[in-house]
Amino acid sequence: MKTAKQLLLSAAIAAGVANFTTPALSDADQVARGKYLVTTSGCHDCHTPFKPGLNGAEPDMSRMLSGHPQDLVMPPAPVLPDGPWLVTSSATNTAWSGPWGVSFTANLTPDPETGLGRWTVRNFKDTIRSGRHLGRGRPILPPMPIPVYSNFIDADLEAIFSYLQTIPPISNRVPEPLPPPVQAVSVTP
Amino acid sequence: MTRFTHLIAPPFRPDQPGRARLTGRQATGQVDTWIRSQTHRVKRLLTWLAGPASALAIFLAPVSILWVALPANGETLPLLLSETGLFRPGEAGITAPGVLTFSPQYPLWSDGATKRRWIYLPPGSSIDASRPDAWEFPPGTKLWKEFSVGRAVETRVVERLEDGTWRFAAYVWRQDGSDAELAPSGGIAALPVPGAPDSIYGVPSEPDCRACHEGGPVPVLGFSALQLSPDRDPGALHAQPPGTTDVDLRTLADRGLLRNLPAGLLNSPPRIDAPSADGRAALGYLHANCGHCHNDPRESGAGVPVDLLLAQYAGRPDSAGAVIDSLLGTTSRFRMTGQPTRNRAELVTLRMHSRNPNTQMPPLGTRIADAQALSLMERWLASELQSQNSSNKINSPAKEILP
Repeated sequence: MKTAKQLLLSAAIAAGVANFTTPALSDADQVARGKYLVTTSGCHDCHTPFKPGLNGAEPDMSRMLSGHPQDLVMPPAPVLPDGPWLVTSSATNTAWSGPWGVSFTANLTPDPETGLGRWTVRNFKDTIRSGRHLGRGRPILPPMPIPVYSNFIDADLEAIFSYLQTIPPISNRVPEPLPPPVQAVSVTP
Repeated sequence: MTRFTHLIAPPFRPDQPGRARLTGRQATGQVDTWIRSQTHRVKRLLTWLAGPASALAIFLAPVSILWVALPANGETLPLLLSETGLFRPGEAGITAPGVLTFSPQYPLWSDGATKRRWIYLPPGSSIDASRPDAWEFPPGTKLWKEFSVGRAVETRVVERLEDGTWRFAAYVWRQDGSDAELAPSGGIAALPVPGAPDSIYGVPSEPDCRACHEGGPVPVLGFSALQLSPDRDPGALHAQPPGTTDVDLRTLADRGLLRNLPAGLLNSPPRIDAPSADGRAALGYLHANCGHCHNDPRESGAGVPVDLLLAQYAGRPDSAGAVIDSLLGTTSRFRMTGQPTRNRAELVTLRMHSRNPNTQMPPLGTRIADAQALSLMERWLASELQSQNSSNKINSPAKEILP
């Protein structure tokens, strides 16, 4: 095992001989990595509405990553009997009902009024890190896997955000989440 | 030096604060901060290693990158409040020399809890006040805020570390008041406290501390030119009269604890330039409770990108007008289900009233709505603000809120 003195020496040598620069990804590489991460991390599963296809439900790429369709007004969620079933979702996979209430997946396209067009990369990173909307507001609700995605390193989140800013903007105003029925009765103004 | 482990052979991948786990022969712990050393930082790195450092481990990449891991807060934060420097050694409750008391004129609503506040600046240091709304605090600065509900329940600590980063912690008071103990970094969602709303008191998590404190240009929220102005607002809600030993803008300057403060702010202390007493109090309340997020994103880079500006700026004489214009705007990304609103001011009031966690404002730190603030807002809305609205703005498109 190295001693503290050896470590100091190693650090000093490294400081002296290395130029300590990291090759930064080009913008194109950054976007490509972001696309790779979005594609492999399941973002489309919930943020791109599903539609019936020849082989069953498939993502509707004409509405890529635009979240729950604003024109799909959901009826009240079914009330599940006591038992092991806990969660229901819409056929689009963009509306989810559970003990937290009803959540709708967000519009991740760069539309400035309904998507992420006015967000900064800091807003995006703060959201994923904190599990709060814009990093400061209401809690991000299930099924968004914040406990998983909060493990992304900064470079990955920056790449994801870079990619999301390049996809086609889609104007789609996603509804606000609904509280659980008990809360809806007692505290919603 | 604290301690550090052996080198770990590459490849390695530094992870995020609080997530990576180091395993060495001497130590295993959560990593708080990863710092990639560029050439200009090497000197500082070596200083850490040689001095009273908190470096836990060094990692050498095969080429060109040197990473340093600093231990997580939980490893270095004192376990007791009495060990944070607030009190004289062995005398919990008696503040230590050099610790100053202060009282912001517009306090944060905390469900009616009473509060006391302190600040400590290292000897010989001072605050750079050249940016009136983004004071630069010296490393070693500490601030404490004590929350009481019948008795002291919690004391929160904000500290600026030697590397310039900030850390946040909460301490929960023992029943006998002998000391307070470090709370888990994940907070305590439901601490039983008689007298608190529903007899439940929430101790914030460390991320929730950052959610509010890191939304503005500087993480210190209640210690600023406006909050410490000697020209205090007599109509400010929930304000506690300043104590005889409390520091304010003038006493800080007199003691040499502020440098580069624009002289105009001493000659004419900051004051919200509102057309009425209610307007002044309402704008001050919105500043203290909402402005740390709803601010000019150009100042902080972390404000929320919505068309609602609620922060006051001591360095901008037009702040009150800018906020009023913002409140009178009619566009909003947020739609309150079943609650049509004419302007953002009405929407703000509705969200202040709500305690639905998806809707309420502020979004954390409070379980019950502030009845006095709602009354003030509704009074102000019904008179002054709405008259301005109906006279010239209600049908106009939303104004650009940021100068």
